[in-house]
This record gives sequence, structure tokens and C-alpha cells, in this order.
Amino acid sequence: MIRSDYTRLDPKRRNVLAPIKQQFAGEWKQQEYNHRLNFYTVPPTAEISLEQFEEWAINRLKVLSELETCTFRNRSPEETATYMAPLLEKHLPLHSNSSRSSALQEERRKDHYSHFILRLAFSSTEDLRRRFSRLETMLFRLRYKDDDTRERQAFVNSLDFAWETVGEQEKAELGDELRAATGSTWKGNDDEGWFKVEWERVPELVEQRRVLLKRGMAYVPVREQMSLVVSEYTRRLEVALEQTARALPRLDEDDRLSPILSHLSRSFAAPDAAYDSSSALPGQLQPHAGNIDALSQHFPLCMSHLHTTLQKTHHLKHFGRLQYTLFLKGLGLSLEDCIVFWRRGLSDKTDDQFNKEYKYNVRHAYGDVGGDSNRRGRGYTPYSCQKLLTEALPGSGQQHGCPYRTFSPDNLVAMLQTTGIHDRDVIKGVREDVGKQRFHVACNRVFEFAHRGEIKKVKDGGMWSASELDTILHPNTYFKRSFLLKHLDDPAVDVKMED
Amino acid sequence: MPHAESPETAPDAPAEAVMVPTVEEEKPNLEDMFDSESDGDEFNSSAPNPAPVAAAPAAKSGGNQVDDETMRQFYQRLFPFRFLFQWLNHSPAPTTDFMHREFAFTLPNDAYLRYQSFPSADMLRKQCMQQVPSRFEIGPVYSTNPRDRKTVRKSSMFRPISKELVFDIDMTDYDPIRTCCQGTKICNRCWSWITMAIKVVDVALRDDFGFKHILWVYSGRRGAHAWVCDRRAREMDDSRRKAIAGYFELLKGGDKGGKKVNAKRPLHPHLERSLKVLREHFQTDILIDQDPFLSEAQSTQLLNLLPDPTLNASLSKKWSSAPDRPSTSKWTDIDSLASTGTSKTLDPKALKEAKQDIVLEYTYPRLDTEVSKKLNHLLKSPFCVHPGTGRVCVPIDTRKLEEFDPFAVPTVTELLGQIDMWDVEHKGEDKEGEEGKKIADWEKTALKGYVDFFRGFVAGLLKDEKGGKREREEGTTAGADAMEF
Repeated sequence: MIRSDYTRLDPKRRNVLAPIKQQFAGEWKQQEYNHRLNFYTVPPTAEISLEQFEEWAINRLKVLSELETCTFRNRSPEETATYMAPLLEKHLPLHSNSSRSSALQEERRKDHYSHFILRLAFSSTEDLRRRFSRLETMLFRLRYKDDDTRERQAFVNSLDFAWETVGEQEKAELGDELRAATGSTWKGNDDEGWFKVEWERVPELVEQRRVLLKRGMAYVPVREQMSLVVSEYTRRLEVALEQTARALPRLDEDDRLSPILSHLSRSFAAPDAAYDSSSALPGQLQPHAGNIDALSQHFPLCMSHLHTTLQKTHHLKHFGRLQYTLFLKGLGLSLEDCIVFWRRGLSDKTDDQFNKEYKYNVRHAYGDVGGDSNRRGRGYTPYSCQKLLTEALPGSGQQHGCPYRTFSPDNLVAMLQTTGIHDRDVIKGVREDVGKQRFHVACNRVFEFAHRGEIKKVKDGGMWSASELDTILHPNTYFKRSFLLKHLDDPAVDVKMED
Repeated sequence: MPHAESPETAPDAPAEAVMVPTVEEEKPNLEDMFDSESDGDEFNSSAPNPAPVAAAPAAKSGGNQVDDETMRQFYQRLFPFRFLFQWLNHSPAPTTDFMHREFAFTLPNDAYLRYQSFPSADMLRKQCMQQVPSRFEIGPVYSTNPRDRKTVRKSSMFRPISKELVFDIDMTDYDPIRTCCQGTKICNRCWSWITMAIKVVDVALRDDFGFKHILWVYSGRRGAHAWVCDRRAREMDDSRRKAIAGYFELLKGGDKGGKKVNAKRPLHPHLERSLKVLREHFQTDILIDQDPFLSEAQSTQLLNLLPDPTLNASLSKKWSSAPDRPSTSKWTDIDSLASTGTSKTLDPKALKEAKQDIVLEYTYPRLDTEVSKKLNHLLKSPFCVHPGTGRVCVPIDTRKLEEFDPFAVPTVTELLGQIDMWDVEHKGEDKEGEEGKKIADWEKTALKGYVDFFRGFVAGLLKDEKGGKREREEGTTAGADAMEF
């Protein structure tokens, strides 16, 4: 019985594989690109020159790194779209059918090939794969959004997702619930349709409670289709990247490609807003357990809030301690001093409690204890603004995160006033920035105000280059720049900013 | 290089550190024991104190309430290892679901041993008896045996594959709105928050996500854990777990964040349903039992959450003339003053919504979402003993949720006493039970009901697993077999 079942299945399987096989075995022919968007399911098969291979890859890489920069700068989707438009046009143009451009096929070919070349270059490690799929997803989403509505629908239909449409009867039964869940303003007219999919396929909609859930099925309104398409794109890309990674060792190639590929993946080194060890203080001004309080006048709001809370309550919750410890580590505070600092700060705790419950975490953050890789990597890196702005909001009793984001505007303004910011325009600007969720802009605004005299001086005197006054994206950069600006005339501080 | 420490998890939550926030608050210490401010009160407010096992002698073992010998007896005679094994193993013969599962032991000297794994229930029991951990935690199933993690060639070969979806509700998160107790103390009045949380989360997990096998466990002092054991839940990656955690998260912002609930309208059906459940609790458990707006500071806090300044002014005037006005009256004052039309600017809809938000702020579950978000987060095993209270972390039967009384949960010493008592009472009797089996020690104690409940839960899970497994095997035989080589 079972055997006969298999023989019946077998030819079917072969049928499914057949087109792809034929493509590989048959002649290398040019592919037709009917749609502007591409799920990149079929690898390219025609030949291109080595120069094209490299040039196209570099162009795409340029686009992806610019996209990444946008996330680091916290640009909103709209800002990102505006910023990216000219760059895309330059490096990786992709026009819709309606544009009737003669270069359509050529553009799409380049898009298709460059995607697959980078896929090869970025499949080797998990870290690269994750970054690649994140950025490719961003790119896809960007293009999806500005695509011609009709062509987009044609593309989606061509993908042949097995999405179940919610029938009229079910729609009527669920009625109000459907509308409440999706925030729909739809009242009675049957224009809007819903899909029914397993909730796992739309995690971000579930997370934001933007769909109705019933017994594991999510009811997705048609206008949220993008979310579905994009998550399907990511899912397939991730699977494909895994497969590429596994196939990589067996890559049948002459040795012209691998140098290019490894060069590409190396140049993908992040323009990261990461902590840079040189943002520690110059040697003779080494911070120690005793002078943190004095230095705290140069702290950004996120850290001075932790500092004052610790002074007031003699306690901080875990994530607050972690954030602060890493910042202090970034200042160049030694592990021994940091332990002393916390011992004094947590003055309500007994020595026994401190040693048992707090010391380990400090040592862990410095990489003094923990697993091999933690020790080898010397603990964790101080948190960047990006990190502070994307992590979960603090719960009750917690103080971590970026105050520009976590405080209500009134509490934020009150806090700024205690630090001496009373200027009405600045406060107004901060309120606007925060309202638009541009938290780091607000923080930089406050910085520029608090250091306006010094900034003018270094600018006028040509002492600092523009890059040294670039937007601050890291609390430790904030500290160091503030410290240096306030000690311009101090001969002991004869060190310029990094770079 | 073990996966748990690979860069992927290291920067924000290396596995070792993940533990810390939950452990920290519950860690037993000398202070707790001798300081009447903290732990002692729980016993005062509870039923007759079951003679604390060891006031002084226990001090040697890191300040535990329970000494090592008691714990050894507990693991030897009472802990239901067999059912724990079945629960995690999903089938009668040992599979990798159990064998590659991480256990983490907290030893009596407070050392913390990670990456323990066991080929069988017996081996787990043996190590528990040898090392007498004050508790142990359960982590994920890994792709290779956790004990062999250092020998795998590539770090990617050691990665977490599956774990139950877990939730942690802890009373500390309610401290800002709790008026009856603070810190590690609880009473029956504040326990009602845990009851509310269980109700809201349980129904959503079942009706919205379609999960069936949800085990609620008392955490031993002042909270509860949930283990969602459906295969579909166990196999979720971090992004799905994060999605569920987000689905349940409503209260936003720290102490300075201002109004914590700002729900969109119309309310999402999950919130609408939760509000329906919570509204009754708000009237009794909150307004009457907690009296949260009694003091002037508290009622100002309430006014801050209401939208209309004119109405607020007249409320404030009314309340300052009657300082001891209870919260229930203050709550009804809002509507009665609003209906007199004192405020011309009043938007009744905004007021109604603000009142709903307040109900939610004071009743909606406050989950420790970090625990739920990560596949590789560890959580204390059911049936462990809470080192601070000596109480066993027993399962909670949601059908009788309202009856659950944390103070009635047996402590390890009580249980050991019950065995002795049973043995004395049944001395000389035939030691065989009706079916000719020897009666297990746990059957002689108050633990029996809880173990029976757990056994029933596991049986239900196993039944579903069996069905699912056959399907899977049939579906994939041809392809999967070919891949093995």
C-alpha cells in the first residue's frame, strides 16, 4: 500500500523540479522580467562579465549600506524614502512598466543579478545573513510601497500565495470584532476584504494588536497585505540564505569569484554607531570611583537620570544598572573602580548582598566572568542611542532607556529644567522633536544649546572639523565631546576627538 | 563556542545574565530571614505558621529557609520526577526532547550550574539528591546535548531549538499601585491581581492563539508562571515570542512616563474582552480592597489621568473637603459630577475612555515580558521548593482559580511531616494499595492533589503529541530519511 503510494508521488515530484532543472541543464537564456518587484526565487542563468559582476554588486551594496545608515539615524520611513530616492535612481534604478523606459529589462536584470551575487557574498556567517536579510527586506518594502498600485497587485497575484479569503458569511459573523481589531472605519460597505492566515505569518501585526486573532488564525485586512508580502519575502529569503550557506563549500567556480565575494563581505563592515574605545578619556584624566559625580555634569540625560536616581534611591533595577555600568566602562572606568562605585552607590545593601547579587553583573559586563566568548570579547559594548531607542520601554520602577523617549513630555521638560535648560525655544524644539519621535534630534538640540559658546569657538577658530561635530549617536560620544568642549583651555586636555 | 554566548545573544542578553533580573528579587539571603520587615510578615498574615524548619541552622546554607537534608528528602521522596520527565519528553521512551534539554541548578552555596542535561528521569533525580539544589530551572532543548556543547566543531551546531512559551507574573511589578503590601510580601488581597492576570492571559492564549496545553504554576512566593506546551508554541522562534509578548503588553512607560494605558479605540477585541473580565475585579478587589485613591497624593494621581480640567477642579474641591472619602465614592463622584454639567468643555466619550484606561491601568496583567521573548530563557521548574518560603511550586488549576490560596500551598516540611504521620496511622497495615502497588510517598501527603492534576495535564499533552507525531512521520518519511546521510 504504502509503496504504491510513493511510486504515485514520485513522478509528481519530478514534475515540480523539472522547470528548474531544465533551466540549468538547458541553454543559458535570458530571463523575461514581467514585474518590477522580484522575489528572487529563480537564480540568474545567463552570463555576465566579471566587471559587471563586481560593479553591480558594489552598486547594490552601496544602496544597502545607505539604508542601514538610515536606521542608525532613526529616520522615519518617509524620511528614508526621500533620502533614498536619488541614491536608488543613481545606483540601482528600477522603473515600473508604465514608465515605458527602454532600459526596463536591463534594470531588472541588474537588480536580479546583484541580489544573487550579494546573496553569495553574505551567506557565510549567521551575522551577515541576518543583516543582509534585514536590509534586503527594507529595500523590498521601500520599492513595494512606491510601486504602481495595479502593477503591484499583478505582482502579488503572480506569487500565488495560498491566502484564504474571509467569506461574506464569516465576515458578517465576526462583524464588529473584525473592525475593532483592525481599526477599520469601514461601516457597512463591503469594499474591504480580509485574508485568513496562520498568525505566525504576520508576527508584527500581532505584536501591535492590529489584527483579529481566532484560534491561531489572524484576520488580515487587505490593506495590510504589504505586511504579509514582506514577511513572506523575508521568510523565503532566510530559507534561501541558509541553503546558500550550506551549498557554499561546494560552490563550483573558478577562483575568480571568491576574492571578489570575500572582498564584498568585508567591505560590508557596518558604518556602525558603535562604541569606539577612543571615546574614553585621555590618560591623565582617568575617571575613578571618586570623580564620577563631578564628571556627571557632562553626561547625556539618559545617564544623568540614572546617576541621580542612584544617588536618590540608592538602587537601580537590572537594566538601568547594566546601561550605566557599560557607559562607565566606556568612560574608561576600570573594573575595580566600577565595583567600588557601585558598592558606594548601592549603599542600602549589605556587603553580603552586594557581593552576591550585584558584583557578578558588573564583572560580567566587563567580561571578567562568564562564558569564553564573553571573556574574550571583554564583556559587552556600551549601548548606543540606536540600542537605547529600540529596546523595550521601561516598566514600573525601571529607569533605563532614553528619557526623550520614555518620559512623558511634561516630565521631560521638568527634568531638563533641573539641568538648567530654560530657553523657551529649545524647550519648544524638544517638544516638537519628541512629538515626531526624533529623540536623538532632541538630545542633540539640547547638547548644542548647552555647549553653544564652545561650539561657536571651535567652529570659528577652525579647531574642529565638521565631522567632529556630527550628530551624536552614542552616549559616550556625548560625554567625550561635552568634556572636551568644556575643557578647551585646559592644557591637560590636549587631545582632539577621534578620527 | 556555545551558542548561548555567541554574538547573537551576547550584547544584550547573554544567557547567564538573562537570568539575573528574575533571580535577583527572589534570592534568599540572611537579611530576609532576620529582618521582620521583609519576609517574616508573610507568615504572620498566613494561617498557623508551620514551624519554620530552621531558623538558625539553615543560615549555613546561604540563608535558605529549608536545610539541605530536608531538600534531599524532598527530592528523594516527593518530587514527581517521572511526570516531569513525561511532560518534557513528550513520549514514554527518552527522546532528545528530554535528553538535550538544559537544566540549571542553584546549589546550596548559591553557585549556579548551567547546561546540565540528563538521559533519563532517574539521572536527574540522582543528581538532585547528590547536589541538593535549592531549586533548578528548565531551559530549551538544544540541537546537541548541552553537556557536549564544548566539543561541537561549529558553534552553529549548538543552538536552542524549542522550549515552551513561558510567562512570568510577579507581584513586584504591581508595587506602584499596591497599597496592602510591598516588596516580597503578599496577602490574599493582592493575590487577586495574579488571579486577574491568569484569567486574562489564559483565555487569550486559548481563544486567540489556539493553544490548548497551558500549565499555570505558583512561583512559591508572590507570583505565577505559565508554560504553554503545545508543539506549535514550543517551536516558535524569538520573533514570534516577541510578537505574543507584545500582544499582551499594554502598560507602557516607566515611573515618569505619565499615563500608562493609552489604548486605541475601538478597543481591540482582546482588550474589550479583558476589560469585561477586569471591570468586576476593579469594583471589589481594587476600589474596596486596595482603596487606591484614598490619600491626597493618590487622588491627585487619579485626576492626572482624567481629561477634563474643569471637572478635575471641581472633583479636587469636593475631595479636599472630605479627606477620608473612600475610593469607591470618589470613583462614582467622577460620573455624578460630570452629569451635573459643571464643565462646559466636557467630552463624555473622552471621559469614558479615560475611565476605561484607568480600570486597565489598575487591573491589566503586568507581565515580565523579557522572560517570554527569548527561546533560551530559563524558568524555575514546577514542583521546586521556593527557598525563601519553603512552599512547593504547585500547579494552579484554572477551573478553580478563585479558590487558589497561596497560603494553603504546602511547605516541604509540612509534607515530610505528613508522610511520617501517614506511616504512623497506617502502621502494620498492608503496605499495598488497592491495585497491589506500593503507595508512593507523595500520595500520602497534600501534594497528591497537585501531582494528580499535573499527571492529568501531562496525559492530555501526550495524547495530542502522539496523534501529531504519526501525522508528521507519515508526511515526511521519504524526504527526511534521504537527508539523514
